[in-house]
Amino acid sequence: MEQAQPTATRHNRLIGKLLLMVAGAFVFAFALVPLYDVLCAATGFNGKTAGPGAIRDGFGVGGLQTAAAPVSKVDTGRTVRVEFTGTVMPGLPWDMRPLTVSLDIHPGELQQVSYLVRNTSNRTIVGQAVPSVTPGQAAQHFEKIECFCFSQQTLGPGEAREMPLAFIVKPEVDRSIRHITLSYAFFSVDGQRQTLTSSREAQ
Amino acid sequence: MSTATTHTAEHPAGEYHGGLLRWLTTTNHKDIGTMYLTFSLIMFFVGGLMILAVRAELFQPGLQLMKPEFFNQLIGVHALVMIFAALMPAATGFANWMLPLMIGAPDMALPRLNNWGFWLLPPAAILLTLPFTLALFGIGDGALATGWTFYAPLSVQGGMGVDFAILAVHILGISSIMGSINIIVTIFNMRAPGMTMMKLPLFAWGWLITAFLLIATLPVLAGAVTMLLTDRHFGTHFFDAAGGGDPILFQHLFWFFGHPEVYILLLPVWGLMPHVLSTFSRKPTYGYKAQVYSFIAIGLLSVVVWAHHFFTAGMPVPALVYFMFSTMAISLPLAVLFFCWIATMWKGAMTFETPMLFAVGFIVLFGIAGLTGLILADVAADAQYHHSYFVVAHFHYALFAGGIMGVMTGVYYWLPKWTGHMYSEKLGKLHFWLTVVSFNLTFLPQFFLGLAGMPRRIPDYALQFAEFNAISTVGAFVLGISQLLFAWNIWCCVRGGPKVDGQVWEGAEGLEWELSSPPPHHSWEIQPVVK
Repeated sequence: MEQAQPTATRHNRLIGKLLLMVAGAFVFAFALVPLYDVLCAATGFNGKTAGPGAIRDGFGVGGLQTAAAPVSKVDTGRTVRVEFTGTVMPGLPWDMRPLTVSLDIHPGELQQVSYLVRNTSNRTIVGQAVPSVTPGQAAQHFEKIECFCFSQQTLGPGEAREMPLAFIVKPEVDRSIRHITLSYAFFSVDGQRQTLTSSREAQ
Repeated sequence: MSTATTHTAEHPAGEYHGGLLRWLTTTNHKDIGTMYLTFSLIMFFVGGLMILAVRAELFQPGLQLMKPEFFNQLIGVHALVMIFAALMPAATGFANWMLPLMIGAPDMALPRLNNWGFWLLPPAAILLTLPFTLALFGIGDGALATGWTFYAPLSVQGGMGVDFAILAVHILGISSIMGSINIIVTIFNMRAPGMTMMKLPLFAWGWLITAFLLIATLPVLAGAVTMLLTDRHFGTHFFDAAGGGDPILFQHLFWFFGHPEVYILLLPVWGLMPHVLSTFSRKPTYGYKAQVYSFIAIGLLSVVVWAHHFFTAGMPVPALVYFMFSTMAISLPLAVLFFCWIATMWKGAMTFETPMLFAVGFIVLFGIAGLTGLILADVAADAQYHHSYFVVAHFHYALFAGGIMGVMTGVYYWLPKWTGHMYSEKLGKLHFWLTVVSFNLTFLPQFFLGLAGMPRRIPDYALQFAEFNAISTVGAFVLGISQLLFAWNIWCCVRGGPKVDGQVWEGAEGLEWELSSPPPHHSWEIQPVVK
């Protein structure tokens, strides 16, 4: 057993390296969380739409007037049907329905629609809508100029309100896309979630 | 035991304790290997009973025996038990028993870790199945009911069975990682003098790649289920859209582990096959280097193809195309393996003892798994077959015919070496034919069910699926009952039977056959020199 010492050292070195790999893989799992978000936001995978940041980049300083100006190149050669839908998630005693169910538009046109949202309970509740666009390839060309999902919405007991939404489907949207569905999920914002539901996630 | 004194520091327990305490405290690789294999066999029957209840429910359309909630629990826990508590421990048991014998090492490198690695398993198995029992006493709503994949948001909303399963997966993961570290250190540092990496037995190579895959991917699963746990109880929103999270992220994390897991289950079997084929063909293994490089290629490819498990979740076209082609690329090194297996048998003096029957059966049935996998890898076709019984049939050809029949090959091949007795050839052959016929009777109809559109994980089905389901259930019961022959044959072989010499099989080659059967409690204390 005169080799015992060198063997033990060799063992320990290798074990150290392997444990480092294990720790690295565990950290990698958590690193994937922000990586995934960045990838989805950058490419519009998974229906994450472009937010106000993208609007600024595309149209200069925000606002409806300036935003509408450069969209002179309305593609009248084709129409895209946009359908609107919405769901209220469990734990939020609200009703929501789109006042316009679907709309045939030319890419590049500025459109405005609204949802009717009603609080069915007898207390004041804060909610947050999270949008999603299907198909995912259309998401990066679907720009919301004004949206009730940009901020949290407060409804008093029994209050009903029309919530507006202004958007443009950019002319760059692929010709194969004839149908786009915009869907909202309305979530309850309780005290604990308030800090997490920043405007970044709401886009 | 003249040499025992030199080893008292390393093996203080094995020599002094009898009975239960010996097994609790043993650090001997052979004892631990035996415990892993015994545990695996027991859990194989536990998981089998669960799925027989499922097949009984599916015998006829409509709900006869159980509520849908209980059905959901059975399928998910069946999968977890079979993967984590039956197949993986069986492979680890093989590694413990055979690696030191094959590479001329006196024991595994880290014997105490080895003992701990095993004894984590029974508590994990109890955690996994305890919620069933608790539900009987009115505590909780039963076991994990999300299927083995834990998909969010269902798993975020599920009952306490999900928490039990998360903790069980954590413990099983820690056990597997400890086992992997042990195996890598053993293979790297404890080989007999002269045994270079390219003289390493293929079984050791297969396990080496498996161990690295486990180290690279199991922590990711641990991370994913940790996020799930904090989402459920500590107010995080990794997978909760309301807080800016994303449920699809869970699928990415899960399958980043889940796909390599398939190769983790299969690589030890692919490593064992050439030994069996060469023994009973009385020819050297064909294409040793090609097989080693194929193992490495498959190991590397397996971590970059995960998203083919959820093509239908919504992905941009370039991503779909990438995952389709990278998945199909795995068939290339696999085809090399198939070629080498067949070429090893080519013009050999073949005899068909039970291990050889299982090996040949493995090649044919696992081939079907590979070919149907190519169909599922096709993005256009997958939209139709995703989440159908076609998938169920495909992965049972891979994991039962490829995994479990591979393990049975190894058990029959090495059982005489472990026990010093020959098993009953007659019972073994009967077991093989019953298994292979009833296996096909069970799963072949499921391909047709899937093609016809029957979705998986649903306890009821439309009337037009009735005949194939009835056939499948009959097959499953024959398959389940046939496995009692396997257990009986092993039991008899452990208790007694014709004595065998060290060589056991005429054509077998390798260091392990130079030892007596059974090998002495401490073997290769003086390492052999490999030329």
